[in-house]
Amino acid sequence: MKGVLPIVTIVAAILALWYAAAVGMNAAWTRDQAVRAGVELSLAEVVADTLHQERPKLPAPHQVAAELWDTTVAKKITSKRSLVYHAGITLSATLLGFAIGTAAGIALAIGIVHNRAMDMSVMPWAIASQTIPILAIAPMIIVVLNSVGVQGLLPKAFISAYLSFFPVVVGMVKGLRSPDAMQLDLLKTYNASSVQTLWKLRWPSSMPYLFASLKVGMAASLVGAIVGELPTGAVRGLGARLLAGSYYGQTVQIWSALIGAAVLAAALVGLIGLAQRITLRRMGMAR
Amino acid sequence: MILVGLALLFWAGAWWLNARIAASRHAGGRAARLAVPAIFGITILVVWEGLVRGLEVPGVILPPPSAIAARIGGSLDILWVDFVQTFVKGALSGYAMGCGAAVLVAVLIDRSPFLQRGLLPVGNFIAALPIIGTAPILVMWFGFDWQSKAAVVVVMVFFPVLVNTVQGLADTSAMQRDLMKTWSASYWQTLLKLRLPAAMPFIFNGLKIATTLALIGAIVAEFFGSPIKGMGFRISTEVGRLSLDMVWAEIAVAALAGSAFYGAVAAVEKGVTFWHPSQRR
Repeated sequence: MKGVLPIVTIVAAILALWYAAAVGMNAAWTRDQAVRAGVELSLAEVVADTLHQERPKLPAPHQVAAELWDTTVAKKITSKRSLVYHAGITLSATLLGFAIGTAAGIALAIGIVHNRAMDMSVMPWAIASQTIPILAIAPMIIVVLNSVGVQGLLPKAFISAYLSFFPVVVGMVKGLRSPDAMQLDLLKTYNASSVQTLWKLRWPSSMPYLFASLKVGMAASLVGAIVGELPTGAVRGLGARLLAGSYYGQTVQIWSALIGAAVLAAALVGLIGLAQRITLRRMGMAR
Repeated sequence: MILVGLALLFWAGAWWLNARIAASRHAGGRAARLAVPAIFGITILVVWEGLVRGLEVPGVILPPPSAIAARIGGSLDILWVDFVQTFVKGALSGYAMGCGAAVLVAVLIDRSPFLQRGLLPVGNFIAALPIIGTAPILVMWFGFDWQSKAAVVVVMVFFPVLVNTVQGLADTSAMQRDLMKTWSASYWQTLLKLRLPAAMPFIFNGLKIATTLALIGAIVAEFFGSPIKGMGFRISTEVGRLSLDMVWAEIAVAALAGSAFYGAVAAVEKGVTFWHPSQRR
């Protein structure tokens, strides 16, 4: 519990800063309106108004909270104005893409570990690809797949898969190589086949690496799904909420979508962290 | 069909060649380590070209590499303008500001363990969030030009660098700090001569992660509004016009810029942290 107090302090400081910034940034509009209406506003009135504007430059935290409550709890989940509905759309694309990317990444990593030619030819490209802004091709993938007739979930999932693919490959290659020469030699003296070595030694000892790269991959998947929702125009999903909000100046909606995305990311990464702790403890690898 | 067959044949030949090189006694050498991935890359380009031309895939779905190369050669001026707008103005300036601010804040909160215990979990949490979502907000605040892109980049690179720097500053052993104390070194002397140098591997780790984030941030922020130049703008509009060779040209430039940026930071790291075990050969 000792760690809670500092965190609470920091969060409180952030909230205080947020309120101060909201007052500061929205004050210009309030003053402008007051001048046009020909009224003098006291400081208290200015502050009160800045925190309750319809389309503020920076919505105050309680406005975002109210919007969040309104769009998650007060609306039916099937409603198009429900944030849960949009988050669900994004979540399904994220999870599908994440599953595809992770499976493909693990398969490629196993191939790389067992085939030297593959290792030498693919691995430098896999590492180099991490320095490339892959996200830039998202609009192209969406439009191209759309023109071939693939629509809906798959194109977004494809981007998510692509983004989570490389971290998993790089992490798993490291993990599958983590057993030292002594352990590998031991299995050789047991006359273990390479499949048995993979299943009984390499795979279990790669678990910490797997979970570390799963966390990175999951975060990347979510970003991929959100960005994948941008080029189709504002239709459905958290990305669409962001885009629609930015088109129509609905800042409160943008912020609530942003918080929704943050909660989703935190929940997904937290879930993987939980699975990691349980798995590693049962395997006796917990630190 | 002949082209497809040739492409597949080329693939088989290159694969055999790579397998031979990998199995030969030169496999550990520098030449082999460069040649094998190079052959693999060329193979992909040849197979791509052969398949696209052989199967007559329309250019609006996947243009062949030769068309992309021709487009790059034909529109160097546009690519250069976009590069300056997105990379130099947006990404680089934001990167410098964000990383500078992060290191500064890390040094400032370093004196207070209380702040560190609070800021580290929060920073780690924020570093995992889809920060790219702040792009529409920042575009609204700072306008369509490069300032808003730089702002997105600042927000994106800040937390990874901050978290890494704070961790790095904590990475001195009690023995080393005691030694500084026996020399009666002041706080600032200890910071400058022991702790900052010791933190350099961590800081550069953060800086390297941030290079990719910076470029992604600058490009994606342009999807939410930009003047009529910039890589993100060009990608999203040319996709709309289905001139995919231009899109691929921009992506090639982005890939090149991203790798060069990463390589430059890695080269500086090599010079600064020459003493670190990971740099020894």
